[in-house]
Amino acid sequence: MPDVLDIALLTSWIDRTAAVLEREKAYLTELDAPIGDSDHGMNMARGFAAANAKLGATPPGDVGALFKTVGMALISTVGGAAGPLYGTLFVQAGVKSAGKASLDLAGWRDCLAAGLAGIVQRGKAEPGDKTMVDALTPAVAALDGGGLSAALAASAEAAEQGMKATIPLVARKGRASYLGERSAGHQDPGATSSWMLLKALAETAA
Amino acid sequence: MKKLINAPDAVVDEALDGMAAAHPGLIKVVRNPNYVIRADAPVRGKVAVISGGGSGHEPMHGGFVGRGMLDAACPGAVFTSPTPDQMLEATKAVDGGAGVLHIVKNYTGDVMNFEMAADLAKAEGIDVESVVINDDVAVKDSTWTAGRRGVATTVLAEKICGAAAEAGRKLADVTALCRKVNDNGRTMGMALTACTVPHAGKPSFTLAEDEMEIGIGIHGEPGRQRVKIEPADRIVEMLMTPVIEDLPFKAGDDVLLFVNGMGGTPLVELYVLYRKAHEIAEKHGLRVVRNLVGSYITSLEMAGTSITLLKMDADMVSLWDAPVVTPALRWGA
Repeated sequence: MPDVLDIALLTSWIDRTAAVLEREKAYLTELDAPIGDSDHGMNMARGFAAANAKLGATPPGDVGALFKTVGMALISTVGGAAGPLYGTLFVQAGVKSAGKASLDLAGWRDCLAAGLAGIVQRGKAEPGDKTMVDALTPAVAALDGGGLSAALAASAEAAEQGMKATIPLVARKGRASYLGERSAGHQDPGATSSWMLLKALAETAA
Repeated sequence: MKKLINAPDAVVDEALDGMAAAHPGLIKVVRNPNYVIRADAPVRGKVAVISGGGSGHEPMHGGFVGRGMLDAACPGAVFTSPTPDQMLEATKAVDGGAGVLHIVKNYTGDVMNFEMAADLAKAEGIDVESVVINDDVAVKDSTWTAGRRGVATTVLAEKICGAAAEAGRKLADVTALCRKVNDNGRTMGMALTACTVPHAGKPSFTLAEDEMEIGIGIHGEPGRQRVKIEPADRIVEMLMTPVIEDLPFKAGDDVLLFVNGMGGTPLVELYVLYRKAHEIAEKHGLRVVRNLVGSYITSLEMAGTSITLLKMDADMVSLWDAPVVTPALRWGA
């Protein structure tokens, strides 16, 4: 069990995430079809494949550079709302971790919190709007001490609870909001991909 | 899924190749990042007008690139907004020194990607203004949604603002005009069938043989309300009434009436709809001074329509009549 998230571990997290999203892209798209526009799985898989390839081509010197590389790759390949939002998450995390060789639990918490704040600012969503914010908010809160691996597992679990809690919600942001009451009963695809990211991190650091 | 494609991944690229081959005198297609620009861009001293959005709405936006309309269009993946680097590179490519107007449809992804692109372009010293089109009256309460969607008024704004830019107006004036078009345009759409995103392979939703969706957007997303199908005249009433009441359009107003097909509805049906829409407009005392009938902002192969009314003044009418030379709209030249 690692004590810190270093560049090798974070690089393999992105690699694992790319594999997970490639495997789950049909599932994400299926979630997106009834309340969005059937593109989330494809876009996320394309984006993380590009991010992974960029990290492979030019290995970053520090954690901040790693996150920025991922963020810029997502911004320029994902499109839709997910591109700017996930891109902002990683770019903001990169600002927090500039120059660092590794992150301890508090350092990762700062990065994820900064990323979430960036998403909230760009997307103007609040908890309860049926978005990725509903998975990420409890995930940040769950990073409250203990061993790194256990905390990341708890964070992923909190994201999963937050994701499931989006099912009965009526969407207030994004394309699903146009459905009004009819968006209730569907799990939010963005909250789902957020959970997948954090679950992949917990597994990488287990 | 049954489509005239080679592979879902290749659809957008191959369509751009086709456009480049079909219209070499009008447009150029640039790759990585992808954008379409008018063949003579940049035009020195002229305000440039750019739009963009997901593919699958053709002819919008690439089909509206050319003299008198757009200087550039940025196509995303099907129903996916383009990325900021596309808009940034397009902005740089068409900037003739008089600034660039971004016309953005109000969809969450489009707005965010264009915002990022505008920030980057401004950082490079280009004068950029943005106008977000949000004309869809089907979305009522903007407190609880991402706000009204940008739909068919976008086509009218691109034509009118493109003409204003061609006439040499300044960036501030073209921007103000674009806001005025948005403020005076209202649209409502409906669908008889869903559509299939190539990557998804199956329809985004299903409608029974006797059902229709009222209040759809342009991305195969379901609308606000699913009801039993009605005769065309009744459907036109269901679209025209909320459009007229929303602005509201008043007796004596000069309007442009735009009956748009969603991609899978034949022109013969659009004229059936236009007949009734024109009649309703006149019954309300509106003077239909211009019109547009055809499939200009589509949702892949969706069957359905949207109806737009734009309240026009004399300036807008003369800009509407000004020459336009693009793959999809051409007159006066």
